[in-house]
Amino acid sequence: MDETLAEFIKRTIMKIPITEMMSILKAWDFLSEKQLQTVNFRQRKESLVQDLVLLCEERRASIHDAALLDIIYTQFHRHQKVWDVFQMSKEPGEDIDLFDMEQFKSSFVKILQRALKNVTVSFRDAEENAIWIRIAWGTQYRKPNQYKPVYVVYYSQTPYAFTSSCPLKSNMPLLGQALTVASNHHKIVKMDLRSRYLDSLKAIVFKQYNRTFETHNSTVPLQDRTLELDIHMDSRIIHENRIEKERVQRVTQETFGDYPQPRLEFAQYKLETKFRSDLNGDILAERKEPLRCLIKFSSPHLLEALKALAPAGIADAPLSPLLTCIPNKGMNYFKIRDK
Amino acid sequence: MSVLRPLDKQPGLNTATILLVGTEDALLQQLADSMLKEDCASELKVFSFFSHLARSLPLPSNVNRPRIDLIMFVVNLHSKYSLRNVEESLRHVDATFFLGKVGFLATGAGRESHCSVHRSTVVRLARTYRSPLLFCDPEVDGFRAPVAQRLVRMLQICAGHVPGVSALNLLSLLRSSENPTLEDL
Repeated sequence: MDETLAEFIKRTIMKIPITEMMSILKAWDFLSEKQLQTVNFRQRKESLVQDLVLLCEERRASIHDAALLDIIYTQFHRHQKVWDVFQMSKEPGEDIDLFDMEQFKSSFVKILQRALKNVTVSFRDAEENAIWIRIAWGTQYRKPNQYKPVYVVYYSQTPYAFTSSCPLKSNMPLLGQALTVASNHHKIVKMDLRSRYLDSLKAIVFKQYNRTFETHNSTVPLQDRTLELDIHMDSRIIHENRIEKERVQRVTQETFGDYPQPRLEFAQYKLETKFRSDLNGDILAERKEPLRCLIKFSSPHLLEALKALAPAGIADAPLSPLLTCIPNKGMNYFKIRDK
Repeated sequence: MSVLRPLDKQPGLNTATILLVGTEDALLQQLADSMLKEDCASELKVFSFFSHLARSLPLPSNVNRPRIDLIMFVVNLHSKYSLRNVEESLRHVDATFFLGKVGFLATGAGRESHCSVHRSTVVRLARTYRSPLLFCDPEVDGFRAPVAQRLVRMLQICAGHVPGVSALNLLSLLRSSENPTLEDL
């Protein structure tokens, strides 16, 4: 095992928190039970990592084993990356071929290797017909850089693939081409949807977020629920606008539903419109070119925050359709122009 | 257009009613709860009051409600929406209410970076309507009780339960102490 590989394995294992070490090593399934038993997991992390690297040397770990470990680490820590969404499409009238996993994998690798001689491609199958692909990019003359890989999660029964933001952006068209051709599609398009939370992106794209779960809340009608709240309140406090409050609750429930919202961190609106003003003779309104403006909403959980706006009294209900259409349209980047 | 008038109903015996107007319901609820706690702790046990919480005026007209002795308009300095709501609600209050029976309460002044309404805007609003302005940060525990005490005291005076002091007296007392600072602005 050469030095660069040993260093890469060492750095990969160093990233793993001690609490997850055992579960990740078990999922990796590269070191045997006997070997793991010889290691003292209670020692300081640096020494533990050194022991593990020595064991990997004993077993003659290859770059592919190390890449697999990297994939497993990323699967455990998927929210550390920002994921983009790509949608592929076939030509209208094309036959739907049966998906062959092995053929996809070999075709994918061949396309990348034909273009750049040096790439490391690793695959790991996951649940729900998903396949995790890790690609470390090199060039014709340079070995692959293992520290800046890109990850692709492709759901083989769907035209969707999720990729982590790649620091080496020039390789993205090649990646798109490889995915498209290997999966027998014709075109690939990047959706205007981006988030750290892969599961939420999945829920939005596969329209799985609006399943109401069978909790007791969903079976109790709205009026009974508000009555429950009133009993606990002091009778000396009277709410004058109860009807309005109930209307706001109803509108919010109709727009957002009872289910937990998928998790996004931001929504961005790029405006290129003419300035509209109520005042006459406003200087800005006389401009012929459109005004350019960027509005960004950020939050630890954007959709839940939007859902809470009207009941908290911070905004009118119903909210602007530009905000509420985010999960339906599957977009959180918008470009708004005058018609 | 229904307009609130101060003296269009008979007063209740040993009771008073405060109307809190603001967009953020949770905030109004907190204030009302603190005021009720203060009431229990005060010596004037014979006095009890009702809090009406409203998002905006005009109030629904089909409800039978007692005479309103004090209106507090609550503005959240973090939200232009709450300021606009209060400005629109002010039009539904009769001019005679502003003889000491109206006050403004501004919240959120403590977090300057989150304020989208400038403090001077509410100060000017209170000055235009000749009414006292209080500041309060209900998230900070220490602030809630003193403000609640002041509100209960103001309510007692406005309802006429404190002999010798009327709402108009209180207003002129408050104003003369505020004038020097207003001129600085």
